[in-house]
Amino acid sequence: MSYFLTEEQEMLKELCAQIAQEKILPVRAEYDETGEFPWDIVKVMAASDIYGVYIPEEYGGFGGGVMEMCIAAEELSRVCGGISLAFAASALGAYPILLFGSDEQKKEFLPAIAAGERLAAFGLTEANAGSDAGAVETRAELDGDEYVVNGTKQWITNGGEAEIYTVVVRTSKGTGIRGMSCLIIEKDTPGFTFGKKEDKMGIRGSTTRELVFQDCRVPKKNLLGREGTGFVVAMRTFDKSRPGVAAQAVGIAQGAFDEAAKYARQREQFGKPIGSFQGIQFMLADMAIQIEAARALVYHSARVVDSGAKDIGKLSAMAKVFASDVAMKVTTDAVQILGGYGYMKEYPVEKMMRDAKITQIYEGTNQIQRSIIASAILKESAAKEKKA
Amino acid sequence: MNVVVLIKQVPDTTDVRIDRETNTLIREGVPSIINPFDMYAIEEALRVREGAGEGTVTVMSMGPPQVDVALREAIALGVDRAVLLSDRAFAGSDTWSTSYTLAAGIRKLEDYDLILCGKQAIDGDTGQVGPGVAQFLGVPQVTYARKLTIDDGSSATVERMLEDGYDVVKVPLPSVVTVVKDINEPRLPSLKGKMKAKKAEITVWGSDDLDVDQEELGLDGSPTRVVRVFAPEARPGGTIFEGEVEDTVESLVRELVPILKGDI
Ligand SMILES: Cc1cc2nc3c(=O)[nH]c(=O)nc-3n(C[C@H](O)[C@H](O)[C@H](O)COP(=O)(O)OP(=O)(O)OC[C@H]3O[C@@H](n4cnc5c(N)ncnc54)[C@H](O)[C@@H]3O)c2cc1C
Ligand SMILES: Cc1cc2nc3c(=O)[nH]c(=O)nc-3n(C[C@H](O)[C@H](O)[C@H](O)COP(=O)(O)OP(=O)(O)OC[C@H]3O[C@@H](n4cnc5c(N)ncnc54)[C@H](O)[C@@H]3O)c2cc1C
Repeated sequence: MSYFLTEEQEMLKELCAQIAQEKILPVRAEYDETGEFPWDIVKVMAASDIYGVYIPEEYGGFGGGVMEMCIAAEELSRVCGGISLAFAASALGAYPILLFGSDEQKKEFLPAIAAGERLAAFGLTEANAGSDAGAVETRAELDGDEYVVNGTKQWITNGGEAEIYTVVVRTSKGTGIRGMSCLIIEKDTPGFTFGKKEDKMGIRGSTTRELVFQDCRVPKKNLLGREGTGFVVAMRTFDKSRPGVAAQAVGIAQGAFDEAAKYARQREQFGKPIGSFQGIQFMLADMAIQIEAARALVYHSARVVDSGAKDIGKLSAMAKVFASDVAMKVTTDAVQILGGYGYMKEYPVEKMMRDAKITQIYEGTNQIQRSIIASAILKESAAKEKKA
Repeated sequence: MNVVVLIKQVPDTTDVRIDRETNTLIREGVPSIINPFDMYAIEEALRVREGAGEGTVTVMSMGPPQVDVALREAIALGVDRAVLLSDRAFAGSDTWSTSYTLAAGIRKLEDYDLILCGKQAIDGDTGQVGPGVAQFLGVPQVTYARKLTIDDGSSATVERMLEDGYDVVKVPLPSVVTVVKDINEPRLPSLKGKMKAKKAEITVWGSDDLDVDQEELGLDGSPTRVVRVFAPEARPGGTIFEGEVEDTVESLVRELVPILKGDI
């Protein structure tokens, strides 16, 4: 099937598939078991230039955009939706700098991220600020040339492993979203430590950890944009990163579908391959339809985002909701097609089902995505009426 | 440190089919890859260059124009340049004339410190080309290298894999070294490498470009004649005599006597 990729994009896809097959496949079950961080794979991806695909050439990248980020995330996730996050979560952490960084900040931080020498991470969520991202309590008080940061971020992907953190903090009194700002905080800054490392259901090859700030002094020059724009930084970042989560979901779904189709041809019951039963055939057909539809929406949203279009929030939320719901459905059906074997760890589909679930939760739950979509629709409708 | 790597394009299969008429390999319809052992040679060459901090890595192959793909794959891995020796006159070369032609190609490069080869090709399997090239160039050879250290610009220390251990050999440069899988773990290509490979110019040399005796080339220059190609017959299993020693010796003698007498 042609997806009208450019020659460079085809090359990227081929390379990521090679990394996934040759390097990730042999170790994915082990990382799922141990929950360790896949540094060996990070090194391979870095040497292959994968970390720079969405970063402009002037900052050491390959010059692609969200589409390139999606292609990489999809191909890697096809084999392991957990290990792929060592790439995708670094992109999430880098986007605030790409979108709001000054030329100096970009020059300082992006080349190392593009080279995969330093990983990035994004810290927004706190114990009391999940879906309600405006409720962030981590404080940053200006003291001379430095912000003094106090608070705890939780469930931060790449936490403890990444070296460059974009962290959403509260810089002015009160609770509103206008009192929030985004700081670049480097690992090894005094007062910045790492807390609890989570033991998770899925994406276990990805590290999820607490960031703890105790009188952590961050140079003022590490402020992204202006004070008070932290919430906007987070939302614009998600507009760009959500197609990436959607691509991760498509990859996981495709990986599970491939296993199910193969199994349906090989497994015999009642003297025939189970793939000859219409009940199984229709499941496979529905899985394939959903995956194609999800991929089409993901690629479309990524291309629209890369075109520089405004108001991309609705479309990228749609891609994230649809693809992640498809991933959950398809991986569950893949386990069903493999029957009891699908439930066992000897086969990879149970892991894919566990990995798929997170795509419906992080970077905004699917309920929150639907709210974003609905409020955009209602706004558009009102605007139309005004014109008429 | 300038390193030349000899690579062979081979069919991606262990199931080699043979043309009964010509007794040559059937290559049509079988995807081609770089001989797996040569991937280790490429990796080692890149490491030698990186270790030295200067120099170039050149890959060279003798074969038909399709070998272009294999050479570009090597460039994507980080090789600096690629030379293809291709000419109708080279067709049908055995290991003698393959080695002769490759040696002539290397001589034309002039500036080389080290030549790396795989220990053998997975199709031809002879393991003769590396040593043959060394002989034609008049340089030393070390086969089955599992570790290679460049001492200084003028010598290398090589661990040679043996069945029950290893040799440590010090060899002056330039030399030919053939490598085994244990020597390293080959890298994957990079995106920048793949882009470079797409645009790279592949140098192609024919027999006219080389200082060669036309009579040593190709089928005519090949002393090997493949008389017949066949799968070896399965050897019948031996007989095991079980029981007490007296009884088994007796049984053995009973079986042996007619054979020794020439009755069977
Ligand atoms: C493995 C993992 C990795 C993560 N990585 C990161 C990271 O790198 N950086 C980061 O900042 N965060 C990260 N997160 C946090 C993640 O983004 C949040 O978990 C997510 O936004 C939801 O917040 P919550 O878990 O507090 O759920 P809640 O907000 O407590 O939601 C609970 C339930 O209520 C629903 N709900 C809430 N509000 C509404 C509403 N208004 N309408 C309808 N339903 C609603 C939700 O959809 C959900 O079903 C990660 C989380 C996990 C599990
Ligand atoms: C079934 C069969 C039939 C054959 N029929 C004929 C025939 O009819 N006529 C005939 O002349 N020969 C024939 N050959 C020999 C064939 O040409 C050899 O494969 C060839 O000379 C290389 O030898 P090799 O494959 O054994 O390589 P090896 O000596 O095992 O290779 C060792 C290393 O040498 C290098 N190398 C080998 N070949 C090349 C190359 N072309 N370019 C660059 N580097 C190279 C690589 O580094 C490789 O790892 C036949 C071989 C087989 C198996």
